[in-house]
Amino acid sequence: MITVEKLTKTFTLHNQEAAVIPVIEGAGFSVAPGECVALTGESGAGKSTVMRILYGNYLAQGGVVRIGDVDITQAEPREILRLRRETLGYVSQFLRVVPRVPTLDVVSEPLLNVGWSEADAKARASDLLERLRIPERLWSLSPTTFSGGEQQRVNIARGFAHRYPALLLDEPTASLDATNRETVLSLIEEAKAGGTAIVGIFHDLDARSRVADREVDVSAFTPKAA
Amino acid sequence: MTPLLNVRDLTKAYGGRIGCADVSFSLYPGEVLGIVGESGSGKSTLLNCLAGHLPPDTGEVIFDTRADGPRDVLQMSEPERRMLGRTDWAFVHQNPRDGLRMRVSAGGNVGERLMAVGARHYGEIREQALDWLDRVEIAGERVDDRPAAFSGGMQQRLQIARNLVTGPRLIFMDEPTGGLDVSVQARLLDLLRGLVRQMGLSAIVVTHDLAVVRLLADRLMVMKDGHVIETGLTDQVLDDPQAPYTQLLVSSVLQV
Ligand SMILES: Nc1ncnc2c1ncn2[C@@H]1O[C@H](COP(=O)(O)OP(=O)(O)OP(=O)(O)O)[C@@H](O)[C@H]1O
Ligand SMILES: Nc1ncnc2c1ncn2[C@@H]1O[C@H](COP(=O)(O)OP(=O)(O)OP(=O)(O)O)[C@@H](O)[C@H]1O
Ligand SMILES: [Mg+2]
Ligand SMILES: [Mg+2]
Repeated sequence: MITVEKLTKTFTLHNQEAAVIPVIEGAGFSVAPGECVALTGESGAGKSTVMRILYGNYLAQGGVVRIGDVDITQAEPREILRLRRETLGYVSQFLRVVPRVPTLDVVSEPLLNVGWSEADAKARASDLLERLRIPERLWSLSPTTFSGGEQQRVNIARGFAHRYPALLLDEPTASLDATNRETVLSLIEEAKAGGTAIVGIFHDLDARSRVADREVDVSAFTPKAA
Repeated sequence: MTPLLNVRDLTKAYGGRIGCADVSFSLYPGEVLGIVGESGSGKSTLLNCLAGHLPPDTGEVIFDTRADGPRDVLQMSEPERRMLGRTDWAFVHQNPRDGLRMRVSAGGNVGERLMAVGARHYGEIREQALDWLDRVEIAGERVDDRPAAFSGGMQQRLQIARNLVTGPRLIFMDEPTGGLDVSVQARLLDLLRGLVRQMGLSAIVVTHDLAVVRLLADRLMVMKDGHVIETGLTDQVLDDPQAPYTQLLVSSVLQV
């Protein structure tokens, strides 16, 4: 479902004396449907960078990143938008939403975008919010004023609403209490059972060993200083 | 899919000074394109050339018309272009005074647009005007007030109602949230997003506000000295900018 080949990423900081920072060189791995691959490596190794390239959020300097039948590194913006709508989900570390939009709408939006009826979308969104223990009285409010943990759970509910064939998770269990963490882990297991290919970053080692089938150490792709 | 708008090598100079130069892009139905860039980079010039308010020196602006498919707007007769401006396009000005008739009631401002495309039945016009005031969150009881009595945010919402009542397919906006305070901006953005989705509108939004483009635009175009220097998915351009100027622009704001 996800194939990465010979991926290269450098940042050029034009306003800092055009410093060139090579971050990834020759990365390659693949993820089959129903499989979860964990990206590992020390802080700064490039885990989030790889994940952002997979989502089309960062540009790659070289290589191939195939999600389904689309090469993200070559795709037009509107192909990437379609991919993100239908195929590729991403639970980032932090929730980013339009102010004033109620939580229930934030969570049902990805379903409306793939053609669900308003009623079905709200029903599934309510289900997820309930499982993630967001009190019902908060559903009509914008999550912008929620606590960090609440926002993260809303983010997770949104990310899991549509059953994407490919899903990227950046620290999905960070800052969650044991009960909510358990819920998130079962959501991941259910997504895998449903055939979703998952790439995850987990600092939580127990979580990693429970849901990940394989690990890819991103440090292996850190360019050696010349 | 046929692009709604296909722009090729559009150039406009003011005497010896560049307004915008060699601009090319396509816009697909339902897409929102953001345009950012420093003051004087040619954003308004480009928008005005696209909307037929300003004649460009060279280039093509191919619009996918309802009746005859893709046609070069610049080759149309003036009456044809004016009709397109009323039926298929909308233009939201930064200053509501440029887009509203200040001496005409709120209802009249909305109704006038309907009459310009042939509506004649007074009762129906008034009903539609009231419906649109409601959609932009202006109380029905204000229908007979003049916009001069409205706050800036209300005037901007009225301008949007006036523009959208005829069901356009493409909306041009030049700094639609400029001059409004942040909470009013958020409300306007939320409204615009909802309308864009419900009506399947395409939009081109000029703004200096990167938070606004992040929330509203699918794609982003960065201009400098009249030229487009970078384009891409909005979040990609903001999070991994490639051009020196874009990096400067993004790093000079605290957080978007
Ligand atoms: N937008 C950017 N511009 C410039 N450099 C960047 C950018 N994003 C990441 N980097 C650099 O790329 C390198 C890898 O960062 P990345 O965030 O991918 O690491 P990570 O493995 O996710 O670390 P952590 O575990 O701390 O989250 C770092 O040196 C970082 O400074
Ligand atoms: N009517 C005009 N006559 C002469 N020069 C003009 C005219 N309008 C614009 N210009 C010039 O064309 C260039 C582009 O102007 P434009 O108004 O398109 O910039 P902009 O990107 O919209 O800027 P701002 O963010 O300040 O609105 C500028 O150098 C400007 O001085
Ligand atoms: Mg990281
Ligand atoms: Mg301008």
